[in-house]
Amino acid sequence: MKISLKWLREYVDITLSPRELANRLTMAGTETEGMQCIGENWTGITIGEITGISPHPNADRLKLVTIDLGSEQTTVVCGAPNTSIGSKVAFAPVGAQLIDGHSGEAFRLKSAKIRGITSNGMACSEKELGISDSHEGIITLPDEAPIGTPLADYLGDVIYDLAITANRPDCLSVIGVAREVAALTEQQLHLPDTSYIEAGHPIEQQISVEITAPELCSRYCASLITGIRVTDSPRWLQQRLLKCGMRPISNIVDITNYVMLEYGQPLHAFDYDQIQGRKITVRRAAAGEKITTLDGLERSLSPDMLVIADQKRAAAIAGIMGGIDSEVTDGTSSVLLEAANFNPASIHRTGSALNMPSEACTRFERGIRPELVDEAIRKATKLIIELAGGQAARGLVDVYPNRQEQEPILLTNEKIRNLLGIDFSTNRIVAALNSLGFTCRTATNPSGVRATAPYWRSDIKQEVDLIEEVARIIGYDKIPTTLLGTTLPSQNPEPMVKLKQMIRCHLRGYGFQEIVTYSLTSLELLGKLLPASSIEPPPLRMANPMTAEQEYLRPNLRANLLTTLYSNRKHEDDSIRIFELGKVYLPRQNDLPDEPEILCALLSGPRQSRSWHEGDNPVDFYDAKGTVESLINHLVTNLDFEKSSDLSLHPNKQAAILIDGNKVGIVGEIHPVVREAFDICEPTYLIEFNVSTLLPFTTGHKMFRTIPRFPAVVRDIALIADRGISHRSIQSIIEDTDLVTKVTVFDVYSGGQIPAGKKSLAYRITFQSPDHTLTDDEVDKVQQQIIGKLSRELGATLRS
Amino acid sequence: MISRLEQLKLGALKELDLITDAKEMELWRVNYLGKKSELTGILRSLSSLAVADRKSVGTVANRIRTELEDSLNKKKCNLREIQLAAATREENIDVTLPGRPLPTGRLHPITKTINEVSEIFNSMGFQVTSGPDVEWNYYNFEALNIHDDHPARDVMSTSWVDIKADKNRGPMLLRTHTTSVTARVIESQKPPIRVVEPGRVYRYEATDATHTPMFHQIDGLAVDKGITMADLKGTLYEFARRFFGEGRGVHFRCDYFPFVEPGVEMAIECLVCNGRGCRLCGNTGWLEILGAGMVHPRVLERGNIDPETYSGFAFGMGIDRLPMLRYGIDDIRQFYSNDLRFLSQF
Repeated sequence: MKISLKWLREYVDITLSPRELANRLTMAGTETEGMQCIGENWTGITIGEITGISPHPNADRLKLVTIDLGSEQTTVVCGAPNTSIGSKVAFAPVGAQLIDGHSGEAFRLKSAKIRGITSNGMACSEKELGISDSHEGIITLPDEAPIGTPLADYLGDVIYDLAITANRPDCLSVIGVAREVAALTEQQLHLPDTSYIEAGHPIEQQISVEITAPELCSRYCASLITGIRVTDSPRWLQQRLLKCGMRPISNIVDITNYVMLEYGQPLHAFDYDQIQGRKITVRRAAAGEKITTLDGLERSLSPDMLVIADQKRAAAIAGIMGGIDSEVTDGTSSVLLEAANFNPASIHRTGSALNMPSEACTRFERGIRPELVDEAIRKATKLIIELAGGQAARGLVDVYPNRQEQEPILLTNEKIRNLLGIDFSTNRIVAALNSLGFTCRTATNPSGVRATAPYWRSDIKQEVDLIEEVARIIGYDKIPTTLLGTTLPSQNPEPMVKLKQMIRCHLRGYGFQEIVTYSLTSLELLGKLLPASSIEPPPLRMANPMTAEQEYLRPNLRANLLTTLYSNRKHEDDSIRIFELGKVYLPRQNDLPDEPEILCALLSGPRQSRSWHEGDNPVDFYDAKGTVESLINHLVTNLDFEKSSDLSLHPNKQAAILIDGNKVGIVGEIHPVVREAFDICEPTYLIEFNVSTLLPFTTGHKMFRTIPRFPAVVRDIALIADRGISHRSIQSIIEDTDLVTKVTVFDVYSGGQIPAGKKSLAYRITFQSPDHTLTDDEVDKVQQQIIGKLSRELGATLRS
Repeated sequence: MISRLEQLKLGALKELDLITDAKEMELWRVNYLGKKSELTGILRSLSSLAVADRKSVGTVANRIRTELEDSLNKKKCNLREIQLAAATREENIDVTLPGRPLPTGRLHPITKTINEVSEIFNSMGFQVTSGPDVEWNYYNFEALNIHDDHPARDVMSTSWVDIKADKNRGPMLLRTHTTSVTARVIESQKPPIRVVEPGRVYRYEATDATHTPMFHQIDGLAVDKGITMADLKGTLYEFARRFFGEGRGVHFRCDYFPFVEPGVEMAIECLVCNGRGCRLCGNTGWLEILGAGMVHPRVLERGNIDPETYSGFAFGMGIDRLPMLRYGIDDIRQFYSNDLRFLSQF
């Protein structure tokens, strides 16, 4: 909310500099988001009166204007169309800082000859003064503007842009902020006089009000002013509205807005003569009821919306906007002025449903107190009589079915100490609360105060609310700073947090770059992974997707990784290894989706970063598999692989990752069709596993194994086997033999001297006994056993 | 005989001096120290000498043998040194060529920031916990005193999941803040509680340099008997000191969040202007870092924690903003476009 410091000064003496005041308000909860100082740079600019105008001898459109500055007279060259004798103007002498009317840049006024005549300064436009964008003519000040006075004293102001929190609708007003300032700076509040003469007929003879939906309207108050004249508001009123960001319309409308800004109570003015049947009914709208609002749009209403109706139709949508039929126009002579209190939730829903946010709506939906009505309607009525003439009817209509008094709340010294960590004396507590308008009675046993919130506060409901009031008035900086001294909760880190951390660290070490992609995706992107694998089960859809790219919750990470790979390939031809460790969202019946943590990684390009050392061998399946082995072997020992059939992967270059026989993930080459759908040119390898299912296998500690005491014997054997025989089957036979502690395949070869359809495999076998040194004979025997078994079961023979 | 021995020695040493390779050295050894050498012959024939000479000649001959052996060893070492020196001179490389690269991976700056923040709170006894991204209306809003028509909802525009609402827990949504985890922890854990809850959060907002539909937050919660606002200030001050560095000004001001009372906002002295006022801090000299406060009694009650016995504080902050401030990143979308030229800088 924009607040003028000058306006604020009408209610409270300001003892701080504008910047200190902003800071004090901010610290106590009313945040100053911006501060505009009008007239900050108006040094030397004074108010003058035009006493003479004569034509410029050398230019038709320029005039020589004589300005009386009180102590002296001066003559300037002026091209403005609106100069007239007797006008009060803003005179800027040579050296004054102004804004260029065309470029908008700041400049310093220099002495200049204009068409041969020296100008001793200039008469300024609003734009040149930085007040507005108006540059059609010079600013003309009201007649009462004192000649010779610095303009800054007369027009200068500071406009604060305050962020009022949702709990303080009372501060959406100048008086509300003035109350805060008074409390924070220990000053008295001066409230304006709202009395006026009630010269007309009693109001109840001229209008009646009935509330048929008291749950949506707790109070409805009205005054009636007859014989008014609708014109423009006076300049001072227009200026105040403009400074607060509101557009002047007519005196009546401007007064309702002005009083809303002043007290925080929205008001609405009806043209009394357009109210049919002289009766207002505050009722729910009928289903499908129509009203054309002030903005000229026809609105369709529903029964959860509240309307202000006359005997024929809805005259306004309560708290949102008036109807065009009862609008105050130039021809209006009698005004029915409404100040009411509406249900916050209902106003919020109506405002959102009709998409009609407004200043009134903002105040009602935050829950202002019905008591704000009293002063506001009197002040507005008074202003209408003063500025638009007319007579106020005797009395007010005031229907107030749901009166709710503020209840006293007990605040104990002990609770303050327990919650804030500091003791405040009862006197100090009472002083803080009193400054905010609370009434306090001290209480004993337990010692404290019983405090009743002032009528304008709607946010004080329990003891903690009072504690915040005390704390913010005394200042949060008075609260000490301590470290937690309470019992340390038992430290059981979530195992998943640790596991994720470990996987991330290992992959980083293996040269993978972590990425983070959006959780929302599109069916189109998922479809690139081959339809069959991407659609089952159907991913969760958003009810209100922002864009088509953000419509579904991702059921996998692959699509996002492939997209990331593609976009980076545009500028990077070297090795790319990326991974993401994040959630996917799998729908479940009648529950939140399952959100397993998935690791997904891609490898593409050369095996090693291109350098002068190595060639550029591209990565292959075994780079991906090796990564899985290194990574998972850190965590578990029973890792295995088996052939798999993921449709997004190359049918012959993929394997399921098994732990204890349970499938936890997959490794393989991206299917060329999928790869091309993502516009990726080179073979790309995928690692994907479910970290959540891995978790149970990683808990518990490994046990230490003794380092063997007796030396190992190492033998190499080379075998010839059919191409179809897997390494895995050979390895199992060798491993399952007594005394064998380790088997490593170190060469796989086919072609050359190897017969067609066969391959050669070379193994290094380590033999070791836990209880003695092996002899050559013993090892020979075991080796023969192995070779025999390989030959019998797999048809593999020793390579001669 | 003795003079012959001395003469032999002088000759041998002179010859040794001139030797330049291992082969000559072996010849020399055979010649002077071998089985058939003159010296060995003399030593073998000692027994045939007169007793008087035997001792004196023996002593000299043994001494000379030791001397020759020592000289030989010394020469061997010398020669090896010379050889190695020559070989080393030949082994010449261009040290300005780049080293053999090890694969270099990096963590995402968001992960790094979450880790760093979590570790600071870990060291104060807060443990990392987590909750679902897809959440019930209840935990995201209702349990935190944010009812359906609360104005606070307007600033947290919500993405809703297209699925039937639950009778008790309301519609399904993407959590708008990690405070939903706080609501769950209050419901499922018993004091003493100290947790931090990092994670993804979502808003229904158009994307620009300061908004993305998904970003990250970390919330925290401490509940026990006797926890005060002074503890809140101390804990968060300690965080700011460790994360932003010693000596950076920190202030706590009043603010409003529906699930805490009193409400607090913590700001630090602007990292660009150090409090003098600049564009980044909107001329205030301060940067808002996190929202906090004493957990609202109604929020505790909903989790069956008695607010008359227990109290606690909660806080929440945006993660993305921290590396943005630290590294001067001016566009939040960079974190999610995953350009390796960006990511490789952290």
